[in-house]
Parts: sequence; C-alpha cells; structure tokens
Amino acid sequence: MPEYTLQIRRYQPESNEGPYWDSFDVELDESLSVLDGILQARDREDGSLSVRCSCRAAICGSCGVKINGSSTLACKTQIGEAHAAANRRNGGGAEQPPRGADEEPPPGSAGHGPNPIVIEPMGNMPVIKDLVTDMESTHWEKIRRVTPWLIPAGDAPEREYIVDPESMVDVTQEIACIQCGACVSSCLSMEVDPGFIGPAALAKAYRFVGDPRDAETEARLYDLAQDPHGIYDCTHCFSCIDACPKGVAPMDQIMRLRRRAADDYGIDDVNNGRRHEHAFTKIIEKKGTLDESLLLQESFAEGIKGKLIPKPAAIKSLIGSVPTAIRGIRTGKMRSLRKLIPGVHEKLPDGAQDEVRQIYEHAEQHSVELNLYIKGEEGDEEAAIEEGLE
Amino acid sequence: MSNANDKMTVAYWPGCVSRGFTPELHGSMALVAERLGIELVELDRANCCGAGVIAEHNQELADTLNARTFALAQKTGHGMMNICSTCQGAQSECQQRLDADSGYRAHINEVLAGQGLEYVKDKDGWENKNFLWLLVEDYGLERLAEQVKRPLAGLRVGPFYGCYILRPKHRLGYEERPERDLYIEMLIETLGGEVVEYDGARKCCGFPVITMNRETSLKQAGTHIGDALDQGADCLVTPCPLCHLNLDMQQPEAAKVVNRDLGLAVLHLPQLVGLALGFEPKELGMGKHIAPTRWVEERLADAGEPAPASA
Repeated sequence: MPEYTLQIRRYQPESNEGPYWDSFDVELDESLSVLDGILQARDREDGSLSVRCSCRAAICGSCGVKINGSSTLACKTQIGEAHAAANRRNGGGAEQPPRGADEEPPPGSAGHGPNPIVIEPMGNMPVIKDLVTDMESTHWEKIRRVTPWLIPAGDAPEREYIVDPESMVDVTQEIACIQCGACVSSCLSMEVDPGFIGPAALAKAYRFVGDPRDAETEARLYDLAQDPHGIYDCTHCFSCIDACPKGVAPMDQIMRLRRRAADDYGIDDVNNGRRHEHAFTKIIEKKGTLDESLLLQESFAEGIKGKLIPKPAAIKSLIGSVPTAIRGIRTGKMRSLRKLIPGVHEKLPDGAQDEVRQIYEHAEQHSVELNLYIKGEEGDEEAAIEEGLE
Repeated sequence: MSNANDKMTVAYWPGCVSRGFTPELHGSMALVAERLGIELVELDRANCCGAGVIAEHNQELADTLNARTFALAQKTGHGMMNICSTCQGAQSECQQRLDADSGYRAHINEVLAGQGLEYVKDKDGWENKNFLWLLVEDYGLERLAEQVKRPLAGLRVGPFYGCYILRPKHRLGYEERPERDLYIEMLIETLGGEVVEYDGARKCCGFPVITMNRETSLKQAGTHIGDALDQGADCLVTPCPLCHLNLDMQQPEAAKVVNRDLGLAVLHLPQLVGLALGFEPKELGMGKHIAPTRWVEERLADAGEPAPASA
C-alpha cells in the first residue's frame, strides 16, 4: 500500500497559539481521495484534527480545502494525483511555500523522502479550526447579496411554469453549483478587495439573469454593474474556473453578465465597464490592432471629439493616469505626443482592414447571444457545443 | 523542428502592445530570434486577439477574428508563435471552441472563404505557442544553453507568468504538458540566473481592471512587486506585455496604492534571453522601461563581460 505524507496547516483557537504545520504519514491506495487520507490521520493519529465533510462524493460541497496551493474538494482529489503534483512542483525547483500567517514554511523538499502533500484551509475566509473555515462573511452573505431566488412577473401560474427547454440550457452550468466555496477561496480579486461580490455569488446571479421566468433581469444587471465591487471588479484571472469542481466556470458567467448589462441593456455603469468594452471593440473594427492611447481616452470619455461627457468616476481615473502618461512619453514608451492623438495609429495594410470589417458585419448580425457552451471534447462533435444560432 | 542546426521558421504574431506601449518587446524579440536562428514570418495583416474583451462583447466575433489570424498563419505553412500570455490565452480559447465543433467551424469559415482563407483543425499538427513554450518544447533548453555568452550569474529573477498562459489548465495543454507552469523557472536556470520564489509568480497583475477599478488593479501589481522585493529579487521577468504595463509602467502609481517604495525592474522574456546571449541592455530597449533597470545592469557588470561570440 503506498505511503504519503500530509503536511497540514493546523490552528486551534483555544490554544492562543498561531497556526502551525503538522505532518502525518498515511497509507492508502493511490486511487482513494485526499479526504480519505485526512480522515485516516484523524482516526489513527490525532482525533482533534478538524475537517468539515459529509458525502465524500463531490455532491455536498463541504470539504473545500487548498491542496498544494490549489483550491478544490478534498474528496474529489485522488491522493496519488496530489502526490504527483507535489513532486512536480518540488522537482522543478519552483515550490512556493504556502503562506498564511507568520508561521514557518513547511519542511520537506526534493530529495528528502516523498514530497508531502500540502493541505491548507480555504483562502479568503477566516479559519475556525484546522481545515474548517467560516464561510459566512465571504460566501453566504454575498450569495444573499444577489437576491438568489426567482422573481417572476405577476401571479404564479395555476400549474407549473412552461419554458422552452432550449432557453434553460443557458443556466444549467450555474445550477450545478454546490456552494463549496472553492472559487471564493481561489479568487485573486477578492484577495485584494474583500468587498468584491465574488465568483460564487455572481455565478448565482447569472443563474437568475439567464432564467426566462425571472422578471427583474434589468434591475439585477443594473445593480451588479453599478456596484464598484460588482461585475467590473473581476480581474479575469481564470482562478475560479480551475478551482470549480463542478464545471460552473464562474468567470465565464461574470463575462456573460457584463455582456447582458453592457450590450443587451446598454447600462452605462459608473465603473467604465461598458465604455471600456465598447471602445475596445470599436477600435479593432476601425484599426485592426489595439491603439492603447485611444483606448484609454475613449474608455473614459467616449466620443471626445464631439462632446466630452466623461462620468465623474472616469475623470478621477483619467487624472490618476496622467502621471503614467507623462512618464510614458518621457521614456519613449509612448513614442510621441502623436500617439495620443486619435487617428495616428496605423490601420492594417492592403485591404486587411476591410476583411476585419467584414467579420464584424457577419458576427454582429446575431443580436442574441450565441450560447457557445462547450460540453464535450473533439470527436464528440454533436454534443460538443450547444449552439443557439438563430 | 529540433535538430540543433536546423533553422526554425514560425508565423510570428507580435500582438498589439509590443508595437504600441512596449515597443522594446517587439525589438528585443527580433534581435533574439535572429541570434537563435529562428526565422520570424510576421503576420502583418493579422488582427488583435480581442484580449477577452471582444469575447465579452460577442464570442462569435472574437472567434472569427482569431480564426482569421490562424488561417493567415496556416497559409505560411508554419506553426504560429506569439509573445504575449494574453494573446495565447485569448487565442487558445477561440481555438478550443472552433476545434470542438465542425458545424461551428464551417459557419466561421464561411466569412473567411470570401477572403481566400480557411482555418483547418489540426492542419499538419499546427499549433500556436508563446515564445516561452516554443523555447522549451521545440527549440530546446540544451540548445539554448549552448548559445549563452553571458550567464546571468548572481542575477536573482522572479518569474511572473500572467494568468492567460496558466489557466484554465484544460484549455492550455496542461494535461499533456503539466510542467508548462514551471517553464520560466527552468529558463532562468538555463540562462544561469537564480530563481526567486515569491508569492505572486502565478497571480494576477491586475491590468484587466485598470480602467474599471484602479485600486484593486494597482494593489495587485504593488503587492506582487513588494513580495518579490522582500524575497530579494533583482528583477521580474514576464512573457506578457500587459502584465508589463501594470508591473512596470504603472509601478510608481502602484507604489502609492500599497504605500511603500518599490523600484523593481521588470524584463520581457526576450530581454532576459537577450542579456544571456550577450546583447547590451540598451540594445534590448531597457531604457524604455519606467522602473529602473540599473540594478540588473550592475549585477551583470559584476558577472563580467560576455564571452566573445563564437560563430
């Protein structure tokens, strides 16, 4: 039976000590889970080792932890794979010691027996004890924040709501969420802005925005677009997509919320989200490649040549970026002031720009969003994409 | 593609930022490619990858724009190389959707047909790779090591990958090549430098929200630079010019947000390779950076003059 070393970050509030690292040797088949390993350590070595778990089958969403730095479910990660990942990291000389408080990094490195599997409580939330976190402030409170229930128009029908099955495909991905918090734990935006509504709650928000029975779509979108900690506070880092054990891809849902808010409802948010997207898309249509100076200018003050109507928040941001622009000009980064004048950036050569424009005409014919949700792999082409082509 | 004396040829997509705010990236790539014997066939008719922003507006539009770039690259008969993590991620995403469904591919190819172009799935094993991946997987680190004229001895370098080249793993070939998130470390060691481990290497630079939430954006950049400094880094190196914008160009602003002195050089990947190949910092455009690169230059001066080129 293979042996593994688990390096577990411990914390007991009643001890008045800070967190520390504890090491357990366990013996189990490589196809069993990291959770099985933790439970074996608890049963055989230390009954005080705390972890939250229930179904052990990736259904209940209780056992979210970080394994070798990645947020996931302990019951869904095979211990053999976790061990291979730990070895890969150490073999490459790139081990990043997991950091929590001011404790020492865990011992154990390449060449000293088997590399330990490093297990920590989830990030972005307070730790109650050992691997058990308090999900109230950074998860449940935010879930409630997005009004996570259906608000139908008028009275409820006598019997069931009848909806077109096709129209529900759009929200099946979000319905799969089991509220484990792995995405919240991995969120790099929340790490610097704890106020960010976050991936789990925003994916939940799309579950109702995308539901044809809901009557408050625009109000929901307006709320999430205007909030400085809403849909435009996501830094597009993909961490939640990798962390989610159920394929919800929260970041993709946040991008859909942006699309619905900016394009379908034209919500001109105070965060410059719509203006940024709109300016970027228009510049590529006109020039083929990105003219960053023009992007900055148009994001803040659309149509500056006609009438200057930046949002108050934009003026603040614009002023904030002036020192950067001046330094850029001085070092030759922005090669000259000409760069700041719209129309100077070259278009693509020899008719290539017309080709780009044709592509815009073709793709922009579809006013309704194409649902390009990839379900399968290549070779399984019929099931690969749910396409909402009109 | 791998014989030591073979000349490699790639369809080269420089991206937008390398010809805009970070011209030193495009310039240093050209110098380094020539020295390494990699011929760059520049795709000067190709368009912006959309950086995820056009996909946010209309996925089909982003997919078609990138299919056009892929088709232009395939027409050259060579694999495609990019020098931007964001291009890699945005293009890989479109390629994944195109490759998943022949019906969708045909729909996209309809508009390309009018331009004499077609994107073909797996055409002769066609791939689009960042310079980082190409160096490790196709050029080979051993072959690179043979070209090193000035080992970066004593230079302490922190890797900064950029999100788009790291995640999501299933889209970026990590199942077949799980070590792709260690390539920068491997490269630094090949060039004779010292890897600095710090917390931010695989985190987000914050650039995507610089115009939407400046505080969040600059706090990310400032925190990572501060962490790298605390671990004794002389510089960072990144394969992503957008990360470079937030880490280098915005560094003085980031310093204000995290309320500490920063001042850490941030090198583009081809610049780091170029220094080891014997080019001077000035030739590699390091004078165009905002954060001071003087410390890197001093470290290299301590290590001695580059060995004379042995043709």
